[in-house]
Amino acid sequence: MKTGTGNRERGTVRRRSVVFIAALATVLVTTKAAVAQTVAITGGKVYPVSGPPIENGTVLVRNGTIVAVGANVAVPNGATRIDATGKWVTPGLINVLTGLGVTEIGAVPNTVDRAARGDSGIAASFPVWEGINPASTMFAPARNEGITSVVVVPTGGLIAGQAALIDLVPGTVTDMIDKAPVAMVAQFGDARSGGSNARGEQYVRLKELIEDARTYSRRRAEFDRAQTRPFAARRADLEALIPVVEGRLPLMVNADRASDIEAVLRLAREVNVKVIIAGGAESWEVADKLAAANVPVVVGSMANIPESFAALGSRQDTPALLQRARAKVVLIANGSGGEEVFNVRNLKYDAGVAVAYGMSWDDALRAITLTPAEVMGVANRVGSLQAGRDANIVVWSGDPFEFATRVEHVFIRGREVAQPSRQDELMQRYRTFPPAYRRKP
Amino acid sequence: MRIRFAEQAAIGGLVMVLGACAPAQATPATQPRPAAPATQARADTGRPAPGPGAVSTPNADPFPSTYVAPASRATLIRDVTILTAAGPTIRNGSVLLRDGKIAAVGTTVAAPADAEVIDGRGKYVTPGVIDDHSHLGVYAAPGGDALSDGNELTNPVTANVWAEHSVWPQDPQFPRALASGVTTAQILPGSGNLIGGRSVVLKMVPSATVQGMKFPGAKYGLKMACGENPKRVYANRGPSTRMGNVAGYRAAWIQAEAYRRRWDKWTADHQGDAPQRDLGLETLAEVLRGNILVHNHCYRADEMAQMIDIAKEFGYKIRSFHHGVEAYKIADRLAKEGISASLWSDWGGFKMEAMDGVRANLAMVSAAGARAIVHSDDPSGMQRLNQDAAKAMAAGEQIGIHTTEDEAIKWLTINPAWALGLDDRIGSIEVGKNADVVLWSADPFSVYARVDRVWIDGAAAYDRANPATWWRTDFELGNVPLPNGGAK
Repeated sequence: MKTGTGNRERGTVRRRSVVFIAALATVLVTTKAAVAQTVAITGGKVYPVSGPPIENGTVLVRNGTIVAVGANVAVPNGATRIDATGKWVTPGLINVLTGLGVTEIGAVPNTVDRAARGDSGIAASFPVWEGINPASTMFAPARNEGITSVVVVPTGGLIAGQAALIDLVPGTVTDMIDKAPVAMVAQFGDARSGGSNARGEQYVRLKELIEDARTYSRRRAEFDRAQTRPFAARRADLEALIPVVEGRLPLMVNADRASDIEAVLRLAREVNVKVIIAGGAESWEVADKLAAANVPVVVGSMANIPESFAALGSRQDTPALLQRARAKVVLIANGSGGEEVFNVRNLKYDAGVAVAYGMSWDDALRAITLTPAEVMGVANRVGSLQAGRDANIVVWSGDPFEFATRVEHVFIRGREVAQPSRQDELMQRYRTFPPAYRRKP
Repeated sequence: MRIRFAEQAAIGGLVMVLGACAPAQATPATQPRPAAPATQARADTGRPAPGPGAVSTPNADPFPSTYVAPASRATLIRDVTILTAAGPTIRNGSVLLRDGKIAAVGTTVAAPADAEVIDGRGKYVTPGVIDDHSHLGVYAAPGGDALSDGNELTNPVTANVWAEHSVWPQDPQFPRALASGVTTAQILPGSGNLIGGRSVVLKMVPSATVQGMKFPGAKYGLKMACGENPKRVYANRGPSTRMGNVAGYRAAWIQAEAYRRRWDKWTADHQGDAPQRDLGLETLAEVLRGNILVHNHCYRADEMAQMIDIAKEFGYKIRSFHHGVEAYKIADRLAKEGISASLWSDWGGFKMEAMDGVRANLAMVSAAGARAIVHSDDPSGMQRLNQDAAKAMAAGEQIGIHTTEDEAIKWLTINPAWALGLDDRIGSIEVGKNADVVLWSADPFSVYARVDRVWIDGAAAYDRANPATWWRTDFELGNVPLPNGGAK
């Protein structure tokens, strides 16, 4: 869970203790369950993900942390019981490709803080989480449908900046941040949008940048005395890249064309950095190579349109094809319509469609819970139901991937969060005509 | 990362999106055309007679459909659950497709000896899915300027343009729509203009020409757009405000009414030389005559109410409000006015006027007695209109509005058929209707359902189990890779 030490990681925000955060949050928000207490979710079909499903299982939570999961868990006196008989219980879902909190209304620019100006397409130092608005109305729709953590991902340029993993708890930005950064975000293939003019040029720029960051990390004192050659980026950007060159922070690269993905794999070997492929429209074509290199792919299951010349091979069964090749798959929502903000919630439906297109149900659930946690380096805290993990838990009325299924309870760090979204309020207001505010004649 | 939907593309200044249609009563598109005197041969001069383009003729059809239903074998799907969109679900039912039509439907159906018989156990049959809001062909894949033909952003009123003249029949999005059960789609111009031009109704069939895809006898639609898109596009020259938008619509209809009177008078009496023809006003005059249906892109409830008043002021009808993210706020009014609402389940929040989008919109509108339609405006969403409907059903359930599957199936079949003026031919499983039929592997409102087979006019159009028969556009040859490089 440590993301580094020392002043190299000044940008790193580490989470405070669960108890502290939870206590703070209760002051801000009224929730169903008090914090420092024991909650037992009993009788449900429990999917720990890290282990086999448990019929009639119990999940026991104390002080925000899961303390026991199993078929024979004793429920202490005084515990708050949640009867989940006939329900399904899963870890909270994790969507790793979102603009939550930094995009309120896409078309209103001053509500969007997702893309830095950067310097010639390089914005490695950009900490996207500093712009998160905890009051965003976009959190509730996601949370109310079972999303408990998201990665907030910057966009634009060759190096977009640093992504953060947040829990969707009410509170401040500091409360929400689980780990920041969790990835450095880059793109390869759409050369013209990143200040380059051709793929090869982009490759060389990325390579030079990473090599310069490595050199810089060894020669910072000389740099400060102006005794180094000029580097390919500003000091702050080189500084931010140090965890990447040291292998502590993955480089998440948006790439679609099969050959672009191969180029990223080559680059990763050449400069020795850990990479994640995001987008990955044609990743199925190089699934074996991705599996062999142990490079995860962040991909949706609803994109089958050859919508650009880099994505001619888009297929709906990409997740299944990757899985079959034993590549690591992280599912994201990519159907249509604001899936990185308003429809972050649709992640579960991408999982369902992935199943319809050949992925196993268990693999699909893993691809929206434990696998993203592993890929983002937080599997010791979230993504599964087992003792010692944060109590991010969802109780569903049935199969989480089905449209007719309702979310019944969402626990984040042990607290049940049940705040209506403004959409919920609008629906209640207009549920019957005339709405209450209209004056009766 | 990726920009997927037309609305978002619109935000960047590109503008796609659309909406709108309208009117009504009146001259069926199929009626015989009045003879056009100006086209009579000029025997006196020996010069060739001018073509019919010399006069403005109601229901003129200068780009006629060349679609002909292919020959088909009789097909019986039996022991299947049928969502008819015309009545209650038929369990363990059968449906017979013969000579391009639905020949029989019920629990016991006799099939001719030569019919292909399909075992439908565990499966579902529905009418072909109809999307009344698509930009396939006019914003073809792969994207980019070369294939961006959906918004003629040179004037806020471009009633003179016709979407069919932008449609690229080799758009690889067409076969994907078909493979997801869509059999008919209305292709609309975008929403960058107050009045964006004529739509065209296409069948999802391979053809080298758009005429070969056109639904024979379908009325045209007129695309109109409210709100943010036009005022953003024309910020520098106007209209730059919503009040400017409204002034623009009204000015156009004032001109159109004068034009209609001029031509209707001349058509009746042939006194003097024929008036000057104007393509844009001709389209608007056809709306006023009830020959073209108005499809109106409009998000907000207050703007929809204003558009209804404008329609009354000039004597046309709005057939459907498209996008209508706030339709639920005036669902009672829509029901009263007989205006359908073409909606998404869960798009919202991406721009100011979309902020109040709610997932139960379709269910709320439907419950209020208005015609609810699930539409896409997006080549990806177009492939999952059944799923969009399912989301809205579930959201409605959460606020105590129960929608039966028998009702929800209408959202993607007979209701859009009505919006296109084609509900007498398509949109339900009833004897005599065109045999546009989808066989689903499971309940179409389940996330796990896949489309197994599609028939259009009784002819096999898609068979999931038989990839060799799949429609691949010319574009896809050599461009879109196949698994294993296409090796068997």
